[in-house]
Formats: sequence, structure tokens, C-alpha cells
Amino acid sequence: MSKVRVLVGTRKGAFILTADGKREQWEISGPHFAGWEIYHMKGSPVDPNRLYASQSSGWSGQVMQRSNDGGATWEPVGNKFAYDGVPGTHQWYDGTPHPWEFKRVWHVEPSLTDAETVYAGVEDAALFRSGDGGATWAEIPGLRQHGSGPHWQPGAGGMCLHTIILDPGNTGRIYIAISAAGAFRTDDGGATWQPINRGLYSKYIPDPNAEVGHCVHHVAMHRSRPNVLFMQKHWDVMRSDNAGDSWQEVSGNLPTDFGFAIDVHAHEPDTIYVVPIKSDGEHFPPEGKLRVYRSKVGGNEWEPLTNGLPQRDCYVNVLRDAMAVDSLDSCGVYFGTTGGQVYASADAGDTWKPIVRDLPAVLCVEVQTLSS
Amino acid sequence: MIRVELPGHLRTLTRVSGHEVALQVAGAVTLGSVLDALEAAYPMLRGTIRDHVTHQRRAFIRFFACSEDWSHESPDAPLPDAIASGAEPLLIVGAIAGG
Repeated sequence: MSKVRVLVGTRKGAFILTADGKREQWEISGPHFAGWEIYHMKGSPVDPNRLYASQSSGWSGQVMQRSNDGGATWEPVGNKFAYDGVPGTHQWYDGTPHPWEFKRVWHVEPSLTDAETVYAGVEDAALFRSGDGGATWAEIPGLRQHGSGPHWQPGAGGMCLHTIILDPGNTGRIYIAISAAGAFRTDDGGATWQPINRGLYSKYIPDPNAEVGHCVHHVAMHRSRPNVLFMQKHWDVMRSDNAGDSWQEVSGNLPTDFGFAIDVHAHEPDTIYVVPIKSDGEHFPPEGKLRVYRSKVGGNEWEPLTNGLPQRDCYVNVLRDAMAVDSLDSCGVYFGTTGGQVYASADAGDTWKPIVRDLPAVLCVEVQTLSS
Repeated sequence: MIRVELPGHLRTLTRVSGHEVALQVAGAVTLGSVLDALEAAYPMLRGTIRDHVTHQRRAFIRFFACSEDWSHESPDAPLPDAIASGAEPLLIVGAIAGG
């Protein structure tokens, strides 16, 4: 029988939830790394018991943790993230040049083919790679040295590389996204990169159609269709059918198209999920109703999913890496909130229930579907 | 032996019991040599107290020796005799900041 493992990173530690394939009874372990911020954690698709976690604090900086037993035990691995060469400057909030400074790892993305290889997206924005299970890290400098780098500017949360998507059919292709530079793609394993922001429109920047400068919040892809991407931008939900070469808006009938999280059903590549948030100034659901919106046709036509979710007086946020799906026959959908709840649906979003509540604010949720 | 007291988050990271670790320091007992010995004994602390490369102290970390703030002293300055003899611990403190 299959088993599901949910990895939850919070402001004050990590938690691991496990259940059998029914997804009704959950066991919770944690807090792991109590007191530390866990921006992201993720398991290797090659060796599901190999987990990586990004642990950080304002006092003591960045630590990387690795587990070889599904999170029962952890060991600190390498935390030296040195930019390649002289890092130069990007733009500060006021438009002045600002030196590139490493702050933290926002996202870890284990390789699809090798348990020892893992990528890390960091703030200030850069992409790092480890080929030895996280013991050592080296920057993939072609991204930051793309000619637009000096013009990148931080979003409100910092200039973070928060999204890494590996193309399962093309080992040379990687998509990444940066707040607030936009999305980029490499087709040669990271040697060269191109911005993929054509069609994005951001009315709050000097040139709303600029090649870079868009505040992309998250991007999702279904592994069966790696050329089709879905994006939750600062405002607007977007879709690309040509690997990011161009985008069109698919916000349709959403109550607001601001938000952070977006994901794709495990078995239906045109079924996508978002959690609309009222606005950039008010990071909570509109009308105090926590609603996941699902489109079964790849965008534009959305239905609210409310069964089991609070429909009054709810003012939590759902952050960009805090939604994930499992791959059981009846696709499970999971998301965590800044109020400390993790909600799960075992029926693709039709009904929901909290599988844990009252955790610290949830920063990330990842799901592993395991055969036991 | 040199005694070093770690802040709570770093004690968790090193998995030491108690508040202090004991270190053997070769040569002159300075802030720099104590931190070198600390990081050699506990490699997971590299980068959490001072920068990997520049060895600049992290902004919210402070050093106290014999009730005096050594945070801004040269890393090559000899620490007080009471630290060198182990009579007093070197305190590594997380500043009271943030939530």
C-alpha cells in the first residue's frame, strides 16, 4: 500500500507528517531544527529517503541539512555559498547599485536522476548546484551573469530565486524564477540563460512589458508536458504553451488574480490550483473566505473549492512554496497557511480538512508519494 | 581547556548537552584562535558565527569575555588570562533582536 509523507517547513522548525494511502490518520514528527526558519525541504525522486532542508536564522545565517532515512535523523552538510568571481551589483530598492550578498536558500530542488545532485535557489538571486549530496556548492554563474543581472531588483521579500523546475525530458533544460526579475530558462544545463517574460505585463514597473523586472511568485509544470507552464505572478495568473517563450493571462473569473501558490494536478495536466489573495497590500483571502480555485481547462474558467475550508473570518496567507500534490490515483492536494494549518484534500480538491493545525507560520509544503 | 558558551540555536545545531563546550587551543589564545578551534571541533558551526571567507562576525552575534564586550576587538588580540586558563568561559551570544 502506498504512503504519503508531507514535509512542512515553518518559521520555527520543520514537521513531517505521514499517512497511509487513505490519508485519514496522520502521524506528526517534529519540530526538527526547532527555532530555525525552514524555507524549504524536499526529497529526492531517485531516493525518496534522501531529504534536503534549508535551515536559516537572522542570527546564524544558513545551514543545510540532509537526511538519509526519510527525516528520522539529519546531518548538517555544506553551507558555503560563494558567488562565482567578483559578484558585482544589482539594483537596490531605490534603483542604486547594491552589492550581491548571500542571505539564504529559498528553494532546494533535488535532481531527477541522481540522488547526490541538488540545486539551490538563493537570495540574493543565484542558482547553486551540489554534486556531492550538499557537502559542497558551486554557483551556476551563467544565470547571474546574464546581461540583465545588474538591473535585477528585489521584491518585498528580498531578491530571491524561489522556483527551480527541472525538465524531465530534457536534462539540459531548467526553468527558474526570481522576485522581482522574472523567469529564465536554460537549454544547455545552465551555461546560458534567456529571460522568458514575453507577455507578462506589470503596470507597477517603469516599462510594463520589460524583458526583466517582473515579480513572478511561482511557476508550475506537469511532468508529462514540460513545455506548458503555469505562473502565479504578483498580479495575474499566466500560462505558456511554448516553454516560456510567450505567456498569456488565464486569470479569467478569479475573484482576485493576486496570490503566491500555484500547482498542477498529478494526473490531469490541465487541472491547476491557485489560492487567490486579496492584494499586495492585504495578504489574506478576499472576504475572509479561504478558497482554493481549480481550473480543469488550464485556466480562465475557475471554480471555488470551499468544502472543509473556513468561509468566514479567515485572514491567513498561503506562500509560494506552500502547495503541493501527491500522485496517488485520487490526487491529493495540500497547502499550508501562515496561521499554521496544513489542509489536505484526498479527492483533488473537492473536500478539505486540516491534517495539522496551530503550527508556526508555514513557509513550505512538499509531498512525497511512497510505496511501502 | 578553553570554555566556550554557545547560544541556544547553535547548541541545538551541535547537539552538545549543557551550555558549554571545552576546546584545546594551540598557541596564543585569541578570539580568532578560539573560533578556529571551535569550528574545527564542530564543522557545522562554520558560517554561523562568522563569514566562511572573510571571518567577519555575523551582525547579530556578540562575544563577551570576563563581562566585557569583545565583539569589536581584533581577532588577534589575546583574550584575558581568565579565559585562557579556563576559569571563565568565552560567551558567544545571539543579540536580543527580532522575534
